[in-house]
Amino acid sequence: MARRRASQFLAGYCCSQSHSLVRRPPLCSQEPASISAPGLPHTHGKATSMFKPPSKLYRKLNSQTSCDIMQVHYSRTYGIHQRSFTSAAINIQRSPSFSKLNSDDIGYFKSMLGDKNVVQDEDRLSAANVDWMRKYKGSSQLLLLPRNTEEVSKILHHCNSRHLAIVPQGGNTGLVGGSVPVYDEVIISLASMDQIISLDKVNGILICEAGCILENLNSFLANEGFIMPLDLGAKGSCQIGGNVSTNAGGLHFIRYGSLHGNILGLEVVLADGTVLDMLGTLRKDNTGYDLKHLFIGSEGSLGIVTKVSILTPPKLLSTNLALLACKDFLSCQKLLLEAKRELGEAISAFEFMDSDAMDMVLAHMDGARNPFPSSSYNFYVLIETTGSDESYDKAKLEAFLLRSMEGGLISDGAIAQDINQASSFWQIREILAQIEPFVYEWTSTHRGSISAEHGLGLMKADKIHYSKSPETVQLMASIKKLLDPSGILNPYKVLPQSMLQ
Amino acid sequence: MKILVAVKRVIDYAVKVRVKPNKSGVETSNVKMSMNPFCEIALEEALRIRESGAAKEVVAVTVGPAQCADTLRTALAMGADRAVHVDAGAAPVLPLSVAKILRALVQVEQPGLLILGKQAIDDDCNQTGQMVAGLLKWPQGTFASKVVLDKEKQVATVEREVDGGLETLCLDLPAVITTDLRLNQPRYATLPNIMKAKSKVIKKVTPEELNVEIKSDLEVVQVTEPPKRKAGVIISSVDELIDKLKNEVVSCNILNCK
Repeated sequence: MARRRASQFLAGYCCSQSHSLVRRPPLCSQEPASISAPGLPHTHGKATSMFKPPSKLYRKLNSQTSCDIMQVHYSRTYGIHQRSFTSAAINIQRSPSFSKLNSDDIGYFKSMLGDKNVVQDEDRLSAANVDWMRKYKGSSQLLLLPRNTEEVSKILHHCNSRHLAIVPQGGNTGLVGGSVPVYDEVIISLASMDQIISLDKVNGILICEAGCILENLNSFLANEGFIMPLDLGAKGSCQIGGNVSTNAGGLHFIRYGSLHGNILGLEVVLADGTVLDMLGTLRKDNTGYDLKHLFIGSEGSLGIVTKVSILTPPKLLSTNLALLACKDFLSCQKLLLEAKRELGEAISAFEFMDSDAMDMVLAHMDGARNPFPSSSYNFYVLIETTGSDESYDKAKLEAFLLRSMEGGLISDGAIAQDINQASSFWQIREILAQIEPFVYEWTSTHRGSISAEHGLGLMKADKIHYSKSPETVQLMASIKKLLDPSGILNPYKVLPQSMLQ
Repeated sequence: MKILVAVKRVIDYAVKVRVKPNKSGVETSNVKMSMNPFCEIALEEALRIRESGAAKEVVAVTVGPAQCADTLRTALAMGADRAVHVDAGAAPVLPLSVAKILRALVQVEQPGLLILGKQAIDDDCNQTGQMVAGLLKWPQGTFASKVVLDKEKQVATVEREVDGGLETLCLDLPAVITTDLRLNQPRYATLPNIMKAKSKVIKKVTPEELNVEIKSDLEVVQVTEPPKRKAGVIISSVDELIDKLKNEVVSCNILNCK
């Protein structure tokens, strides 16, 4: 199973990006839904402000019971759990406008793709029908493996004319059920399109197909002295096409920013089979509307990404990692601010977890060691810096940490002295990803929600109104209807059904 | 009692090592260097002995070029009291020369215990500890997986990991101990200790000052990568398997026979 790092957690457990704790509007009150962010560190350049957590909810989150529930879930359901079909659980009916597959369709696909790439085998289908969290299970009868853009185009052209719904699938590592069918949508897997097309060694511009696995791209780039600007726990399985379609963030977001900034061009196939070649490699290209941004983060609902042109930063040699302990949340926030100021551009990751999370890791991870065995602290922070000069960077980090300690921001800290120690620090953080599904379940039962770091997918398809105005959503629906009039691309997801009738 | 710990700066254990194109050695430029893992274990053991009250001072020592001071700073950050840096120039120093240098230092520092890692992960020599013990005529407990010090009797009980299992030795101090993997888990360098380390002393000496001549009797002729693993062959029938076993095969792994 691929290594995971959760990049989005509920307040008080684990987080690396901004999240908001959203309260649903009280049924009887007049006040609008309030969005409160319990002061979790914003790690992508926005000003950090001091929020007071909604006290009742925050207290609940921090209570012992939440931890107990998670431990019970963890030991009871780890690994064996299998859900019933998604379609049974949700309220959306299978759209009557979609046709059902028939033997002519299968025959056509077989003649076009070859028998091997038209999968109707039970076992392989069942794997592709279920998402990574095993929360969603579709009932697709067909998995297609196109080998190039032309085949993708022909598949979509056929499905569009036949009104067959489809789901584009990459590594199937999404956390909101966006990459698996709800009903019997045909699964179009990009896994066979895994060629690296070219790398501009001067600029670090990489052009590759959408099915390339992130870790493989990183290994290839490492040899040439570059790295991918994003780093996820799922990097052993996730594909770049999926990363682009979900605008994935990850651990290095704080340093390299969003895919909207790093993607220079895309090749996308539209619902009717039209191939849009927007595969530019220019850093700046102000000619016409910049359409690629529509597809980045559209979760496969506007088109299938088939090729990607991405700017890759140079691989820097010296990495330093420190695990720090803070006594309260305010210190963590101040620490982030100070880190950004004093470490500046060298900072490459800032991760945060609380004592419950740390205790859980130490209890369940083989060989896990508490770096601070003598005391227990309320919060822990991982700071990573990446630079070009080992001793200078280390000295800079040490000086910053010592100052922070003298200033009372940090209660204790340890600096990893070699790669092994760094891995063990990261492992503490990564293991927390396994708790994510249970935290989300608990959150939903307490009427909260995790906002759009992971996208909307199926899980939050009708929740978009919490963060976007009606006019905005209306325009999104119009664009969807324009690009996909038959609605065959990844239906039932992203936008509320009511908007698309 | 004073404990002397010898540590070595090597290519980090987790780095993928590459051979230089001219086959004269491995690529060390732009590669992460760290303290040898067995040396970390040696230092950790020394610190634990000091914390138990059986020793008063832990002195870290290394032999190598200027950059080795980083390793000594790590040792100080872990808790060593002071350090000695023997600057022997850029060329790699072989175990016998290191052993002679350590002997000279021991004669100056007069420790009750000299602890080293069992071997360095770059050359895998596993010689320095044994050579120093021989030169000093001190008892040695190598591949230590457990060390118990008796301060009163000035005796170290060392459990060694040997091929047949575990062997327990009783060594009269002063003695040389080399550490194996399962002896302990080294501590992390925490900020309070890093802060204290700033005021600790690293003394610099040269081999000449110790009256040690570094001459190498060994010359590295060539360094090459190990031969790449050859692809296996899928055999289609039992007859073919028997034929191959009779005629071709020296060693075989039978994985799949259709």
